[in-house]
Amino acid sequence: MQYTSPVREPLVLRQMHKNDRKTTMHDITEDICRQVEAAPNPRWMVAMLISLCVLAWGSYTLYRTWFFGIGEWGLNKTVGWAWDITNFVWWVGIGHAGTLISAVLLLFRQKWRASINRAAEAMTIFAVLCAGSFILMHMGRPWLAHWALPLPNTYGSLWVNFNSPLVWDVFAISTYLTVSLVFWYIGLIPDLATIRERAKNPISKFVYGLMSFGWDGSTKTWARYEMVALVLAGVSTPLVLSVHTIVSFDFATSVIPGWHTTIFPPYFVAGAIFSGFAMVLTLMLITRYVFKLEPYITLTHIESMNKIILVTGSIVGIAYITEFFIAWYSGVPYEQYAFINRMFGPYWWAYWAMMSCNVISPQFFWFKAMRTNIYATFALSIVVNIGMWFERFVIIVTSLHRDYLPSSWVMFWPTYVDVGDYLFSFGFFFTCFFLFAKFLPVINMAEVKTILNSSTKEAGEEYTKEGHLEEVKTSSAH
Amino acid sequence: MSDTKKNFLVGVFDEESVLIDAVHKIREKGVKIHEVYTPYPVHDLDVHLGYKRTRLARAAFLFAITGTTLAILMQTYMLGFAWPMIIGGKDFIAVPDFVPVTFEATILIGSLGMVATFLISNGLGPGKQAVMFDPRSTDDKYVMAIELENNKKFTKEQITQILMESGVSEKPQEKEV
Repeated sequence: MQYTSPVREPLVLRQMHKNDRKTTMHDITEDICRQVEAAPNPRWMVAMLISLCVLAWGSYTLYRTWFFGIGEWGLNKTVGWAWDITNFVWWVGIGHAGTLISAVLLLFRQKWRASINRAAEAMTIFAVLCAGSFILMHMGRPWLAHWALPLPNTYGSLWVNFNSPLVWDVFAISTYLTVSLVFWYIGLIPDLATIRERAKNPISKFVYGLMSFGWDGSTKTWARYEMVALVLAGVSTPLVLSVHTIVSFDFATSVIPGWHTTIFPPYFVAGAIFSGFAMVLTLMLITRYVFKLEPYITLTHIESMNKIILVTGSIVGIAYITEFFIAWYSGVPYEQYAFINRMFGPYWWAYWAMMSCNVISPQFFWFKAMRTNIYATFALSIVVNIGMWFERFVIIVTSLHRDYLPSSWVMFWPTYVDVGDYLFSFGFFFTCFFLFAKFLPVINMAEVKTILNSSTKEAGEEYTKEGHLEEVKTSSAH
Repeated sequence: MSDTKKNFLVGVFDEESVLIDAVHKIREKGVKIHEVYTPYPVHDLDVHLGYKRTRLARAAFLFAITGTTLAILMQTYMLGFAWPMIIGGKDFIAVPDFVPVTFEATILIGSLGMVATFLISNGLGPGKQAVMFDPRSTDDKYVMAIELENNKKFTKEQITQILMESGVSEKPQEKEV
């Protein structure tokens, strides 16, 4: 039992019941299980088909990458890192929002996270898998991927170099993937048990029975479950910060002008949360629409996420400006040139795309009308992710393409294989996400049930479909 | 689960607050509650039922420091003893460089160990069968199970009466599990 201020909009709306009754726990079960139990709807099938086509095309270019080598890409002797590492950093960054929602917001007792954490965490896992796929692609010989691990070998044994940030990255990303997966799955178990108990056909009863690990919902189990969730949240919070810090070390520990910057770790983490929340919004707005989850993912949720986008976007903006200031203030001509070249060099368009998408566009969220407008949010969430992709492209390519020797100055242009490999990750990501959305509960039922009592008790307000307060109908006479 | 079947009385509650009051009332009367099954974690219900606080966090800590130790030993052995190499003019055992991997290993082994402990201590795992007194406890009901064997002081009728008085929403059923 918990007191919630009547000023706050409830986290679970009760508009959907025409006969003016309270949303019950059973309604939640019904609403969330419906899409799992029903036959796939046509909209879902079309979406799935599109992502499978993209995946198929991407698989072809991936085959070319692995069969013919990374010479299929637009890389050259000067620019050795380009699209692949850009995509890697972009996807890792996107993953961060899921952990932020599931872990950091849990520690801060932000109850609105309850209805978005499941999908956001799923997004994290798929995004990190996509990120990992670019590391495998970039290796050129993915069958030797185990060389990145400290395994006993017949070379002496020759071990990996623990002084290298690339090895730190291997540990950071694999730990991040494993812990996120475990955290997500532990949270899924109680809901899978709900579906198991409702399942009618023997196949789903068997499959969900197997997946629900024999969960019975006893108090003892729940008490331990809550402890596990708390501790996992506690360790995931520093983990998520460490992951993007280490990703930024891939650049920051080098001596390349434009990369050798101490501001990188916090700047990368803020950027990661920024792009991650944008991706969560893109996905949640679609999911909300397709599965009619408006009572659970309300405008309050969207507004809160937009506020986080505004804050992190502004942090990123400050970081860009700070980088420039430091480049000037350092008095190092190479450093100064790298930044002037970013702004006015041949890749000026990438730079200004980054600036306008990341720094200017989130400023619209100062206005409540924009924060609570679904169309504006959807558009801006995509703009932000375009901007964040350009940020990584700008950092990586513009810092490399004009190195110390003007005779080796070149441009990087992607080939269709570069683009195709990027599309592969999109195909993979959306295929996974649609499968998840169809076969697993997209909203954490158990957690939403915990907040139901405290969030729908107050007064008799009626909320419209979009979550606005429509009219107040309290039981006491006026 | 043991092979011998036991008889339980199963009470179903509709409201969280009624359930918590009922737990107190029933325990005060001296009836031993086998377990309460809820659709979501009811805050502090374990305290009301008189369970000991879980020691999982301690297990997690022990796993975590195991991870720290293993990571330090691994890196020191590999770069310091097995194949020492000068990299970037650093010491063979360059402690600051070992921090990221040590940190990640701490978290990885700490969380995996804790989750494994959680699953084992609750008898959870793929293929395990749940003992459900009432399937609605995963939906919207709070289900209390009272083992008759354990409460020899009371007759079945007495326990039924106590449950009825404590606010169950339907007549308690006897169930053999």
